[in-house]
Amino acid sequence: MTLARHLGAAIVVAAIVVLLSIQLSAYRDYQLAEVAAYLVAVAGLTVLIGLSGQISIGHGAFMAIGGYTSALLLTHLGWPLALILLASVVVSAAGGALFGVAAARLRGPYLAGATLMLAVALPTVADQYQHFFGGDQGLSVAITTPASLGATFPPTRWQAWVTCASALIALILLANLARSRVGRSWRAVRDDEVAAALSGLNVARLQVLAFVVSAACAGLGGALLAVVTGIVAPGAYTLTLSIALLTAAVLGGLGTLPGALWGSLVLVLVPTYLTNVGTSHGLSSGASSSVPIAAYGVILIVVMLVFPAGIQGGLRRLFGSAVDTPPALSRWRVPFTRSAGTSPPPPLRPPAQGRENQEEGPS
Amino acid sequence: MQEFLEFTLGGIATGMIYAAIALSLVLIWRGTRILNYSQGGMAMFTTYIAWLVIRDTGSYWAGFAVALAAGLVLGSVLEVAVVRPTENKPPLNAVIVTIGLLILLEGAAGIIYGGQYRSFPAAFSIKGLKAGSIGLGISPNDVFTAAAVLAAALILALVFRYTSVGLRLRAAAFAPAVARLLGIRIGRVLTLGWALAGLFGALAGVLVTSSTFLYPNSMDSIFVLGFTAAVIGGLDSPLGAVIGGIVLGVVLSYAGGYLGSNLVLVYGLAALVLVLMIRPTGLFSSATVRRV
Amino acid sequence: MNRSFRVPRIRALAGIAGLTAVAVIAAGCSSGGGSGSSPSSSGSKKLTASAPGITASTITIGSHQPLTGVAAPGYDEISPASNAYFQYVNAHGGVYGRKIVYKVLNDQYDPTITSTDVHQLVLQDNVFAIFDGLGTPTHLAVVKYLNASKIPDLFVASGCECWNETSTEPETTGWQIDYVREGKILGKYLEQKFKGKKIGYFYQDDEFGQDGVKGLDDEIPKSQVVARQSYNPSVTNVAPQVTALKAAGAQVVVSFSVPAFTALLKLGMLKLNFNPQLAVSDVGSDPITLSGLLESFAKQGGAKVSGNALTQGIITDGYLPSLGSTSNSWIQLFTKIHSTYLKKLPLDGNVAFGIAVAYTFVQAMLKAGRNPTRQDLVNAINSGLPQGPSVAPYAYSASNHDGITGAYIAVIKNGALSQVGPVQVTDTSASGAVTTDSTSPQAAPASGIPSP
Repeated sequence: MTLARHLGAAIVVAAIVVLLSIQLSAYRDYQLAEVAAYLVAVAGLTVLIGLSGQISIGHGAFMAIGGYTSALLLTHLGWPLALILLASVVVSAAGGALFGVAAARLRGPYLAGATLMLAVALPTVADQYQHFFGGDQGLSVAITTPASLGATFPPTRWQAWVTCASALIALILLANLARSRVGRSWRAVRDDEVAAALSGLNVARLQVLAFVVSAACAGLGGALLAVVTGIVAPGAYTLTLSIALLTAAVLGGLGTLPGALWGSLVLVLVPTYLTNVGTSHGLSSGASSSVPIAAYGVILIVVMLVFPAGIQGGLRRLFGSAVDTPPALSRWRVPFTRSAGTSPPPPLRPPAQGRENQEEGPS
Repeated sequence: MQEFLEFTLGGIATGMIYAAIALSLVLIWRGTRILNYSQGGMAMFTTYIAWLVIRDTGSYWAGFAVALAAGLVLGSVLEVAVVRPTENKPPLNAVIVTIGLLILLEGAAGIIYGGQYRSFPAAFSIKGLKAGSIGLGISPNDVFTAAAVLAAALILALVFRYTSVGLRLRAAAFAPAVARLLGIRIGRVLTLGWALAGLFGALAGVLVTSSTFLYPNSMDSIFVLGFTAAVIGGLDSPLGAVIGGIVLGVVLSYAGGYLGSNLVLVYGLAALVLVLMIRPTGLFSSATVRRV
Repeated sequence: MNRSFRVPRIRALAGIAGLTAVAVIAAGCSSGGGSGSSPSSSGSKKLTASAPGITASTITIGSHQPLTGVAAPGYDEISPASNAYFQYVNAHGGVYGRKIVYKVLNDQYDPTITSTDVHQLVLQDNVFAIFDGLGTPTHLAVVKYLNASKIPDLFVASGCECWNETSTEPETTGWQIDYVREGKILGKYLEQKFKGKKIGYFYQDDEFGQDGVKGLDDEIPKSQVVARQSYNPSVTNVAPQVTALKAAGAQVVVSFSVPAFTALLKLGMLKLNFNPQLAVSDVGSDPITLSGLLESFAKQGGAKVSGNALTQGIITDGYLPSLGSTSNSWIQLFTKIHSTYLKKLPLDGNVAFGIAVAYTFVQAMLKAGRNPTRQDLVNAINSGLPQGPSVAPYAYSASNHDGITGAYIAVIKNGALSQVGPVQVTDTSASGAVTTDSTSPQAAPASGIPSP
């Protein structure tokens, strides 16, 4: 029945999105499309980190795989859009499997280090094989609005429809997966790897599967973003992107799908807003263009200190069960230290104490 | 042959910088189990302070000393103000907070000093050294860099092993509950750990910036490679940090020189994955692998 | 007790409410760029809102520039310099009485952000045209979009040949001399002056460097080129490349690099005790920028050496008058604008660039007419523009959107360009000859504003 519930919710949301996309200006449609593209990637990442307990600061690399796949297919083979998106998912999933297998034994900061290097190293491949990948210039991605919608249909609205539809499908699948046996197995491994292994779960295979799923989502997000922005180039997939995805996932509320939405909204809307505030106060270019950057850093710090469970956690505290997610998803614990495989004991205060304070929230 | 020599020596010189960053990461990890993503940003910021001092007083060593002192101060201040509140919270929060710190430091540097590339002086001559008629590919300044990092690491090791402060640092990292029972002020020890890490970062920043330029993002790539070196060497092990740094520097130098500079980072990734597949917790870590 | 039956509906509704609230707030926040046209003043000629971005009193144009990040150094001076010239024009009557409003967004040299920025400028701020978009990979991200939406895309700040596709991209024009032409002009000079000597190339591994090398190869015999080393702008260690150039025995090194990498090249050469003749293309040779980057190294060991010592003797080319020619009318205009509006910036090649390209825009706007449409502006350029501050004529026509067609060779002496020989012009084909320019440069108008 989970599937039916999720589908129902999705249909309602889809209707709202269609209405919204018609009401909003072309620029807001463009931003809506951007949010949806990032949402898919962030949702995959939040599942990886929140549910399966593995960290990745390199998901920009999988977005790059998805983006370049779609650009190359569009340029050389001219496939229809749906097929291209599907192909991007498959190729990035393969990349995720490859990396997941290589990194299967890594935990905590060591996994973080490997993903960091991946994020930084992978885009340089485009510079090496310039003839194929377009080098620093990149490849352009241009899709056309289907003729059936009429010649005056705004392209930004079509992009918003495509991206939101893909995001909804991805979210339904992720939500179902989280509620399924696989999701429960992930949480078991996350909470206590040894106990999970003892009860017969194949830990390595589950870890790799988590990477495959999240890489597939990132790949889809990368392909959608390429469609929206119209270009793939190494400069679009720097470490900044991977860090942005991570901060979006944690800021929104780790392990929760609504959290992925809040994080994506922050990611797309806040920097533009800060820049506009800056320019409207007469700050011109030069040193003042660093003000939005500094402000974003402050926001990250403050939100994490005030709402340790992210925005979704903060909303839960404020509005109680109305915004509650199913108990299983809300109880996220990332044993960053415990599964790290290092011998010195966990940090200074007994971790349980901290968590008890958290769970008190909605009373 | 000359090329090989140039690549080797140059790689060691660069590797010492990675070692310095790796050391500061290891210091913080051992003490607080936090990965400090703002380490590069802290180093950049203290280097800017050094640049200001050098510009106003004309003395390189004054700037050098001020940078190290600023590193100590910055590390302590950040620990108390921003990192301490994340102690009771999920560990990933500390990660996001340090990332926020990094972004804030880069933005602040851009606001205060502007984004333009600035040149930063070297302590000694940057003209290449020669052994007879063979060019060595390193300069007196490179030799100073390597020596400074090694000396600092040695002093740190001596402090850890032979002083009571060092003993307290080790106790707090290894058995915090017991240490507390014995009257050790854990909070102060943590601050000291971060201060030392700030010092090492500042040292790395001042040493490396003379061969590139000073700008708000100047330490980004160096941080990534320093992090990789720390992971290769094992996050628990200061010795591993130094060796990891040197190994990484030399491997990347050979790879860039003989195989082409485009894919240098890919070779770095390959080296990292190779090491981690053999030893998932780094070369020198003291971790035991749990098998079920 | 399983709460989960109630939850999803409420969860969905909450999500919807949240989304709607956000969207409403966001839509409400969007102030929209160009304000509605104010009633035209009772002047003799009526100014109308003849196109998006044009009102009776303002012209709004937009640009994307790397104001922070890797590509910012030096280039972040260009847009304030252009804006300074626009303010000067606004203070002296504007363009037919309209004030120019110049909105610049920071794209951090990231093509994804460029795309977002340009969408914002076009869709939200309703700009009349995009002006001086900077960066080859970044601007390539938005060229198709701008042409599909029929937005004039003027004077792209990049020397790539990509901006001269009049059949498929009629809205886009270049301005500065393109890199192929530059390569040919530099190449011909080097081939003549250094006959028989070994030449090595050092170039950025993208369209910029590759176009430059293409031009060089058109003039320099292949047998003379002993090494070709490229660099990636995100990797600041160029020791391997310099080692290879030295190992090949290059006596002359030609560099198509940005200023930071020119400086790194020079430093690398110092470290290896390698001292060939250096030739650098215009983009990477601004003496003030370079000596600023090399300053600390020139002061090595307490010696009272100026940064200029390390740039002395570098061969380069220039397409604007040299900043050292203080009696030149254009330099006097640049100096006037700089001292009035740009005191915080050094008066260097980037500032000169910004003012010069802004001057060209005003020329085009004046030619486009009193109440221009977007097409009027493009037509104005297609019918050719007078030379302005450039030392060589523009190539603008309906079938050619290249900008400046020539440059002079110069040597850096005491921190400024010292011209060597006459201005040379050429085309972008492999066989087109490099010839001396027969047109004479124009003097700057006394008012500093072009005549309509």
